[in-house]
Amino acid sequence: MSENIKVVMAKLGLDIHWRGAVALTRMLRDQGMEVVYLGNQFPESIVRSAVQEGADVVGLSTLGGNHLTLGPKVVEMLKEQGLDDVLILMGGVIPPEDIPKLKEAGIAEVFGPESKIETITDFIRNNVA
Amino acid sequence: MLNIEEGKIKQFLQQNNPYALGKLLREIENRPESSHRIMRFVYGYGGKAHVIGITGPPGVGKSTLIEKLAGHWAEQGLEIGVLCIDPTSPFSGGALLGDRIRMQNLTESDRVFIKSLASRDAGGGMPIYAFDMIKLFEAFGKDIVLVETVGTGQLEFRISEVADTVALVTGPGTGDAIQTIKAGIMEIAELYIVNQSDRPGSEETVRDLKMMVSESVGKRWVPPVLETTATKKRGITELSEELSRHKKYLESSGLWQERRRERNRKFFTRLLFEHCWQKINKHINHDQEIRDKISQVEQEKCDPYSLLHEVLSATLKIDG
Repeated sequence: MSENIKVVMAKLGLDIHWRGAVALTRMLRDQGMEVVYLGNQFPESIVRSAVQEGADVVGLSTLGGNHLTLGPKVVEMLKEQGLDDVLILMGGVIPPEDIPKLKEAGIAEVFGPESKIETITDFIRNNVA
Repeated sequence: MLNIEEGKIKQFLQQNNPYALGKLLREIENRPESSHRIMRFVYGYGGKAHVIGITGPPGVGKSTLIEKLAGHWAEQGLEIGVLCIDPTSPFSGGALLGDRIRMQNLTESDRVFIKSLASRDAGGGMPIYAFDMIKLFEAFGKDIVLVETVGTGQLEFRISEVADTVALVTGPGTGDAIQTIKAGIMEIAELYIVNQSDRPGSEETVRDLKMMVSESVGKRWVPPVLETTATKKRGITELSEELSRHKKYLESSGLWQERRRERNRKFFTRLLFEHCWQKINKHINHDQEIRDKISQVEQEKCDPYSLLHEVLSATLKIDG
């Protein structure tokens, strides 16, 4: 049972739209991953949880417009903690013009509402260090 | 990812920070065989953590109770490790580890370290390396280690093999459930907690439990029955005091040492069992003659006992 992928999934900040994050959590579980669901958390707590859990992947869900401020902050704080090999993904409703900025900041990929579960899991499997 | 090097292990143990603990725990979780490399260094570090098992049926508030307890102790300056075990799906092998969502306030504290663990294919709901993880928490200087089991039925008694104190959490109106757990977990719990005590039926559950506990006449430790409402932080101080009282009882009665010795012995036996089985199984899979014999056993052309002795004499000869 080695090499189980561990995902830490969070609702970013105060954004309450939890259904997508929970649905994805369950789908990743059904794909054989071990997913820690945090609920709503701010970057500091997300990073602390990722350190404690030994996350391979951090998933950030937001539909609340905080992606450009809080998203890059998670990347930055993970690096500060020495976790520079964690795959950071974002999902939710994010304007296409913001995606390049997020990627530049270190978010590996952004998945919108139409994303297929296979696309997400393939991306994770191909990119986990 | 490469196997962790010895130098790195020593370095992590010396660093003694959350990053290092996180890395070592993850190493064991990801590749349980790395315990062989890590644990030989951990045993020298000792540790005196009070290991408390929190067990009980799903949905009675174990995680919420742990949040309040750990928060209470963290405020007193204690260092807390929490190990939360949730079930692995028998279909996909994946798991949803959802205990942290009840412990959100704890992620703001530097004194509390939470590790979520999937049960994987462990018998008794407790992977063998959970024992190693508790030892790691101790080596990193935790004062208290809380272990939350999967929601229990009847099989999840292994918590008593890793904890100094086992607390069984239940909820109001579970009279029938208490009857069913009577034979298994009833025997291992040192504390009974009726959580969600603001709900109807709490008094009856407490009464039932007290009646059961009163049957343990002649025992030196009579398990207390406590009422809590974790969401409202009610009964937490009393619970924490009773848990400390049990620790003192273990120490003054000499049971603390005795139990730890027993625990170490049981762990070794389990380790031996699992590794012998793995070795024998590997041997069987590579030995065509034995596999043929097994198919004879399937067809009742050969009796299983004769084959057993054949396999044993064959495998015990292979070097360790």
